[in-house]
Amino acid sequence: MKTNAFAYVRADTVPDALRLYAEAGEDARYLAGGQSLMAALNFRLDEPSTLIDITRVAALRGIVADADAIRIGALTRHADVADSAVITAELPLIHAAIGHVAHPAIRNRGTFGGSVALADPAAEMPACVLALGGVMEIAGQDGTRHVPADAFFLGTYETALAPGELLTGVTIQRPAPGSRWGFAELARRAGDYAMAGLCLMIAPDRRDARVVFFSISDRPVRARAAEAAIIAGASVIEVAAVATDGIEVYGDLNAGIATKRHYASVLLRRELARLDQQEAAA
Amino acid sequence: MTLHAYDRPVSYIGASVPRPNATRLLQGRGRYVDDKVLPRMVHAAFVRSPHAHARILSIDVSAARALPGVVAIYDGADMAKVITPWVGVLTHLSGMRSPPQPALAHGVAHWQGEPVVMVIAQSRAVAEDAAALVDIDYEVLPAVCDMDTALAPDAPRIHPGLDSNLCWERKFETGAVDAAFADPTTTVVERRFTFGRHTGVTLEPRAVIGDYDPSEDRLTMHYSGQAPHMMQSVVSRHLGVPEARVRVVAEDVGGSFGIKIHTYGDEIATLAAAKMLKRPVKFVADRLESFLSDIHARDHRITARAAVDADGRLTAVEIDDVTGIGPYSVYPRSSGIEGNQVVNLTGAPYDFPAYRARLRVVFQNKTPMCQYRAVGHPIAVAVMEGLMDDLAHATGRDPADMRRINLRRDDSYPCTSPQGMRFADLSHQQCMEKLLTLMDYEGLKADRDAARARGIHRGIGLVSMVEVTNPSPMFYGVGGAPIAAQDGATARLDASGAVHVANSITEQGQGTETILAQITADVMGVTMADVHVTTGDTATVPYGGGTWASRGAGIGGEAMLQAARALRAQVLEVAGVILQAAPDTLTLVGGAVVDAATGAERITLRDLARTVYYRGNELPPGLKPELIATRHYRVTDYPFVFTNGAMASYVEVDPDTGMVKLLSHWVVEDVGTILNEKLVDEQIRGGVVQGIGGALFEECIYSDDGQMQNATMADYLVPMAGEMPDITIAHVCTPTRTSDLGAKGAGEAGTAGAPAAVMNAINDALRPLGAATLSQMPMTPERILRALGTVA
Amino acid sequence: MTGTITISLHLNGEAVTATLPARMSLVDFLRETMGLTGAHVGCAHGVCGACTVRVDGAAVRGCLMLAAQADGATVDTIEGLTDTGAIADLQDAFHRHNAVQCGYCSPGMLITAADLLDRATLPDRAEIRDHISGNYCRCTGYQAIVDAISEVATARTKGAA
Repeated sequence: MKTNAFAYVRADTVPDALRLYAEAGEDARYLAGGQSLMAALNFRLDEPSTLIDITRVAALRGIVADADAIRIGALTRHADVADSAVITAELPLIHAAIGHVAHPAIRNRGTFGGSVALADPAAEMPACVLALGGVMEIAGQDGTRHVPADAFFLGTYETALAPGELLTGVTIQRPAPGSRWGFAELARRAGDYAMAGLCLMIAPDRRDARVVFFSISDRPVRARAAEAAIIAGASVIEVAAVATDGIEVYGDLNAGIATKRHYASVLLRRELARLDQQEAAA
Repeated sequence: MTLHAYDRPVSYIGASVPRPNATRLLQGRGRYVDDKVLPRMVHAAFVRSPHAHARILSIDVSAARALPGVVAIYDGADMAKVITPWVGVLTHLSGMRSPPQPALAHGVAHWQGEPVVMVIAQSRAVAEDAAALVDIDYEVLPAVCDMDTALAPDAPRIHPGLDSNLCWERKFETGAVDAAFADPTTTVVERRFTFGRHTGVTLEPRAVIGDYDPSEDRLTMHYSGQAPHMMQSVVSRHLGVPEARVRVVAEDVGGSFGIKIHTYGDEIATLAAAKMLKRPVKFVADRLESFLSDIHARDHRITARAAVDADGRLTAVEIDDVTGIGPYSVYPRSSGIEGNQVVNLTGAPYDFPAYRARLRVVFQNKTPMCQYRAVGHPIAVAVMEGLMDDLAHATGRDPADMRRINLRRDDSYPCTSPQGMRFADLSHQQCMEKLLTLMDYEGLKADRDAARARGIHRGIGLVSMVEVTNPSPMFYGVGGAPIAAQDGATARLDASGAVHVANSITEQGQGTETILAQITADVMGVTMADVHVTTGDTATVPYGGGTWASRGAGIGGEAMLQAARALRAQVLEVAGVILQAAPDTLTLVGGAVVDAATGAERITLRDLARTVYYRGNELPPGLKPELIATRHYRVTDYPFVFTNGAMASYVEVDPDTGMVKLLSHWVVEDVGTILNEKLVDEQIRGGVVQGIGGALFEECIYSDDGQMQNATMADYLVPMAGEMPDITIAHVCTPTRTSDLGAKGAGEAGTAGAPAAVMNAINDALRPLGAATLSQMPMTPERILRALGTVA
Repeated sequence: MTGTITISLHLNGEAVTATLPARMSLVDFLRETMGLTGAHVGCAHGVCGACTVRVDGAAVRGCLMLAAQADGATVDTIEGLTDTGAIADLQDAFHRHNAVQCGYCSPGMLITAADLLDRATLPDRAEIRDHISGNYCRCTGYQAIVDAISEVATARTKGAA
């Protein structure tokens, strides 16, 4: 399996990248970590005219924290996110999830922004961003715009990114002190895409809750019924019972629709029970 | 007092020495086919049928041919002119039929992935570019995919020349089967099993280089596979190159497991292209091609029942097996052997009087199915061991007791099974008792029961099994296939005192060359470093079958033993003359001829060899020394030499999710003489893990219209390190008396027994929950949830 | 611009400049252009791990990176790591434990194992299994590989103490 023949150009800055795209046209692709794109190219599932290598755009790499928020540069590699003290301390949900992203050699090259921009419905990082209410920073010909996660993921590999736009970073507000979080997924083998996965953020006193499932639909999805039930103080069993209410669930080769619904409910029940136990112990 | 073999400073047979030829593999110095670069070499890519069944209406290669770098393009008609088709039937499988198979689809494509057009270019990348430009017009034909409906009278026929989609049917009956099942005092259990299709997924994909020299009409095949001499014959027959002018070279092989021992149209076409172009052509399958074109295996549906009397003794077993083999029986081994093994081996560890079997081998529009590691065994073992657990449950017996009652007694050999399998030198009872001790069966049951009380669902699965090894000519040669059941070995002493050996068995990482060196070093009294091994080249090794059916150590090893002994006798004869001593007062130790009584060194092998080779004038005129010997060996007393063993699995099932955690796995195996325990154990462990793959993960999933749905490594799940258990191994050693070496095979038993052990363990874990019995492999989390009634 | 690109890199300690097709993957460049056939292609979609090499010190999939992207990088393959002796203890342990059969996975497995030992001092068997869980071995069943890595981890820890 070899890729099609394409032109390869490098960008050193974001404007550079945007300009190269404008020159190359819509058959061009940005190449970040390449851990999904290169596989697709090797399969010839995608045959771009030009690859614009953005991996040398230094400004897109790194994690910056201020008093309110943490910004993860799009080109920050999974391995660097995993090793980040800021992420471990402030966004433990991401820290917990990132160990489930494929395998070490993939995490050494794959990027946070690449995963989010690809929007694989089975991927962990898009779900984390959605659960944490992240805001996407998007560069385009007309400047920079910001899109909240709730409006970003539109379908399988489909996002609010317009052709040629570049995801440059994701900004996540620091969760309120006392927030609780949960992450769980069921995969057939370590590092595989999950059959079902859950990201959970619950604000202190259940003032707010974000329940996000991944790998059960065409995108990471918020379980609004479950969120409402949590906020309303429902029991674990009651919340789990409405886990996938209102969610359009898609089956795959490893788990059909009924199984995915069941798994979503089990994951939610278990994580809520774990949090309750944790709270009771505290 | 003479020196005993065990008194020698170096006794290699039985020693767990590391593999000398593994060091370079660990340094990246392997020589796999794709590593080879030949002058003027060009590269092949194939356009494959996207349809399971389709008529090829037209092929337009004009755009592809126009691409710079394209060297040649061939379709089925082109190849039919230079390659004769093959027919994959064996005459001893009476009534088997399969139509002639072309190298490239010609007229009709019969499975998704069948090669249709071959493109040759300066690089593989350009060949793929050109392949994408080949325009083929197909008329899609109805695909026959399900093996049951394939036999329906109104099913579309895959081959118009045949009156049905049946390839072969075998019926077998012995003893009073109906009477046994009708007896009101017996307990009868019945169960339907489904074994999914899986495939080998050798990490090195299939690869071949054809290199043709027209000046001598010689064709060299650089081959990633197990049976060079078989390929030599196949290539000669179908390309019209005299057999002696075909050379097949197999250097390092990145896994084979039976996958790379068959005739593949893309490989034969690569050789034909090399012949036509008069320059080397390389073809290396990519992973997507591998999934669609490497042979698949298993794919059986079996209804089985068994009866026991009031004492728990088996009175009858019956099976009905339907297996789907794709559109052709694979050449030259046929696709009937797996089902035949199921018929022959079901119930093999047990003593029972009545048996009935029906096997139907069915054509379908899927990738061809053929022999893959443990051929038929995992199915036969799972069926019987599943029934044994059902019988234990139905009669209120412990599964271990159920087996104790029925295992063939260790003092009952030789004996013959209802199927006519002749068993000798087996040890089922010893193996089972040793297994139960090894795993602390009673302690484990207590742990399981205590866990259940805590809401943790663990289960134990037991298995007894046999493995067909060291086959005689009754396996293939009798049926007309160019497959040698004998192997040859040559040993020669060189002037340096080093021993060079060549053997017709081949290495795919099992340790073949290591055991050959061990045997030789042992006999010749030299260090392994002084033994140099050649395998895998028809130009240089004696004629023989190669490595398959767990025959390398047992047959090639015995040939090596005999050849080394013959060389030793030659050396001692010469030494006797030089030293003026009777040869039987001398022996070989430490690279020298020594006095057998005292151990005193008399002459080094090096000095002896130099005398013979350089200073023959010092030898008496009548002495014409030969320091080279060749011996061949085949099994003659029995059709097969069986290995036996017992195995257990301990699992934990999460009934909420259907996820299975493999806690432990134990194997006790009797491989006869153990040449190198570390190598044997790694064969068993690797085999167990492949068996677990079939039990829990591996399945070629097809749509109703014959499209494989998971033909990538991301979607076809093979066992990875994270989920596999540690595997504890112990041995019982009952050498086979068919050879001096006494070695039986060890390569497939792990794969044979593991699926049944895991299946029984899962069912043991789920039984208290009232789950339906799991009888479909792989046992996926979703299937387990269905058995529990959690999802529909 | 379709066509070739010229790159310079430090490959196994040597400065290398090469001109190659832009679409060429790193592993194809290593194998075909540089003759370093120790890294193998098992799947070309990043799943099997046979092509694992080191780029700027990190273990990466050679099939999921363009050679063009290695311009300016430091690339180490099994051949270079063998020559420097950097993983000699791992190679020796793999050999003694028979943690190698056909050998096709071994270079990638060794580089993955070395990566783990560089970052974790004394990983337990579960951690070792998890770390190598992206490297496929069809032959061994993994246990001997875990044994070998575990032994080296222990030895290195003692050596460092």
